Amino acid sequence: MTSERINKPVVLGRAVTLMAALALFKMQTVTLIPGDGIGPEISTAVMKIFEAAKAPIQWEEKNVTAIKGPGGKWIIPPEAKESMDKNKIGLKGPLKTPIAAGHPSMNLLLRKTFDLYANVRPCMSIEGYKTPYTDVDLVTIRENTEGEYSGIEHTIVDGVVQSIKLITEDASRKIAEYAFEYAKNNQRASVTAVHKANIMRMSDGLFLRKCRQVAENYRDIKFTEMYLDTVCLNMVQDPTQFDVLVMPNLYGDILSDLCAGLIGGLGVTPSGNIGANNVAIFESVHGTAPDIAGLDLANPTALLLSAVMMLRHMGMHDYSKKIETACFNTIRDKKVLTGDLGGKSKCSEFTAEICQRVRDMD
Amino acid sequence: MATVKPLPPPAKYGGRHTVTLIPGDGIGPELLNHVRELFRFSCVPVDFEVVNVCSSTEDDINNAITAIRRNGVALKGNIETLHTLPASHKSRNNLLRTSLDLYANVMHCKSLPGVQTRHNNIDIMIIRENTEGEYSSLEHESVTGVVECLKIITRTNSLRIAEYAFKLAREKGRKRVTAVHKANIMKLGDGLFLQCCREVAAGYPDIAFDAMIVDNTTMQLVSKPQQFDVMVMPNLYGNVVSNVCAGLVGGPGLVPGANYGHDYAVFETATRNTGKSIADRNIANPTAMLLASCMMLDHLKLYDYATMIRNAVLTTMNETRVRLNSPRRCSPHTFHN
Repeated sequence: MTSERINKPVVLGRAVTLMAALALFKMQTVTLIPGDGIGPEISTAVMKIFEAAKAPIQWEEKNVTAIKGPGGKWIIPPEAKESMDKNKIGLKGPLKTPIAAGHPSMNLLLRKTFDLYANVRPCMSIEGYKTPYTDVDLVTIRENTEGEYSGIEHTIVDGVVQSIKLITEDASRKIAEYAFEYAKNNQRASVTAVHKANIMRMSDGLFLRKCRQVAENYRDIKFTEMYLDTVCLNMVQDPTQFDVLVMPNLYGDILSDLCAGLIGGLGVTPSGNIGANNVAIFESVHGTAPDIAGLDLANPTALLLSAVMMLRHMGMHDYSKKIETACFNTIRDKKVLTGDLGGKSKCSEFTAEICQRVRDMD
Repeated sequence: MATVKPLPPPAKYGGRHTVTLIPGDGIGPELLNHVRELFRFSCVPVDFEVVNVCSSTEDDINNAITAIRRNGVALKGNIETLHTLPASHKSRNNLLRTSLDLYANVMHCKSLPGVQTRHNNIDIMIIRENTEGEYSSLEHESVTGVVECLKIITRTNSLRIAEYAFKLAREKGRKRVTAVHKANIMKLGDGLFLQCCREVAAGYPDIAFDAMIVDNTTMQLVSKPQQFDVMVMPNLYGNVVSNVCAGLVGGPGLVPGANYGHDYAVFETATRNTGKSIADRNIANPTAMLLASCMMLDHLKLYDYATMIRNAVLTTMNETRVRLNSPRRCSPHTFHN
């Protein structure tokens, strides 16, 4: 591992180069949550590729299976929480939610623990992985804490159920601010707020008002508003017209999966969750695939692209570009592809191919 | 169309039916003019009672509702809802649907020959609950800066829409009904909807039933839409799925939609667009509205006229002379029949 390399006695020349590199990019520690099913093998794949790229990342593996804390509430293990609070950046593989475990969804628990208010999914067409849609290049930014997923439901009388959708000024402002900051930092030209304010006048109206207010502070970024149904209609006809989309929870859930479908599915889509106090957890959003776990057949692309997103978030643009290019070139050449991408190679072979390309780029 | 009990007969005097016509806003008036011209040209025995609905007062929409109660059938364009108006001003379209209890919105998405799309062989029927769910228009600001919006799901309406879906599937010889939901998150609300669908499915052993979560559904729709047959879902998901499907088969200008209740039926375009940006420029595609008028003629049991007009529309679309997105104007298309 890279940490050993620093402690071993090294030739003076190499030491000087390493110190110079470290001076440029301090070694950063990232909490790694391998997850379940195919999680461990794709995490190993990502670690190998990062090592080949000599990225200054040190991994701290943690398990987040829920335990019952004091007071009887389900919490994530304290060591995992401490690690995340210290490192601020995490990379997570797929987590399973066993049905009879008694604890809530792990993803939900993580979200609540770190107040992960923004879910960001950049969707870019992958050259070499053909889908009916080409030239997709958009980003969905979804409010992740409230909205329709507040979990507040009641049975009013037998046979009548009410679910409450909660929209608050604070959360709407925060997500709008994040969306515009993201657009500014990533050189995006426009932000579109997606809503249904014609029907949900007060709630989506509030969301929209906050977006408009925040847009005032970012005059060089174009701000538009569009109904959810119009977005869906136009998205499947011409997705190239969209850039950054910001929206409340449910619409974000639906649209982000729709966009993932446009570029090839959850197996190739990266995702990042931004929280309060600069915490950010990047994850692959596909399932644990228990049927192929441990068989070296998994596709690490989603987790790898999420890790690339993580590097960009940390400002390590050179490394992120290098790894991303290697990954895309491997897929484009179609010689070494995993089963879900249409090939016959193993996960380890796919990983080795990307590692080789990364090394060749130096 | 399949209903739980037979509809009372629509207004008919001297062999001619009277149908309420609501032009609406944007492209609605011009599309409905095309329908009227075509009906006159084809000598269809239908008279239109035009009721204009201006977006500001309640009287207009009440007049429209009364007219539909009188005639039993309506053809309408979309009425714009300015969302800058206060929440007390409810969406006119929604008001119409709930007052007349038009509980089932039915949309048949079929790949049309002659229309180039990314996916082929799509044939999906979408049945959407039309009166409750997220469109209940019940909102309040409990604390400043915190707004609550209520989504209501009832057993009665869920059973009703599921029953409608299965009856329609059986009538049309369809093999499978898929319920679209988000019951993993909205356990009580969508859980109730799903449970009702399952109960109704048990009474139709000849039709397969499965359920799919809404986000997975949209992902599957853009990658493999051919897997879907009949889909039933609550209001908002219906809005999303019907727009996605309309986009898949070629756009909002091609797909007709129908709203059915126990006593009334209202026909319109499936995606309910006002189309303000293309209004009055003679470029709006009249296909959706024309096909909606054919659905209306079927409902009035004027099958011959319906078939004639439908064939004329589809033949015109198939011919290479008049193409979608071509610079040709809207009106010559109508008169080609």
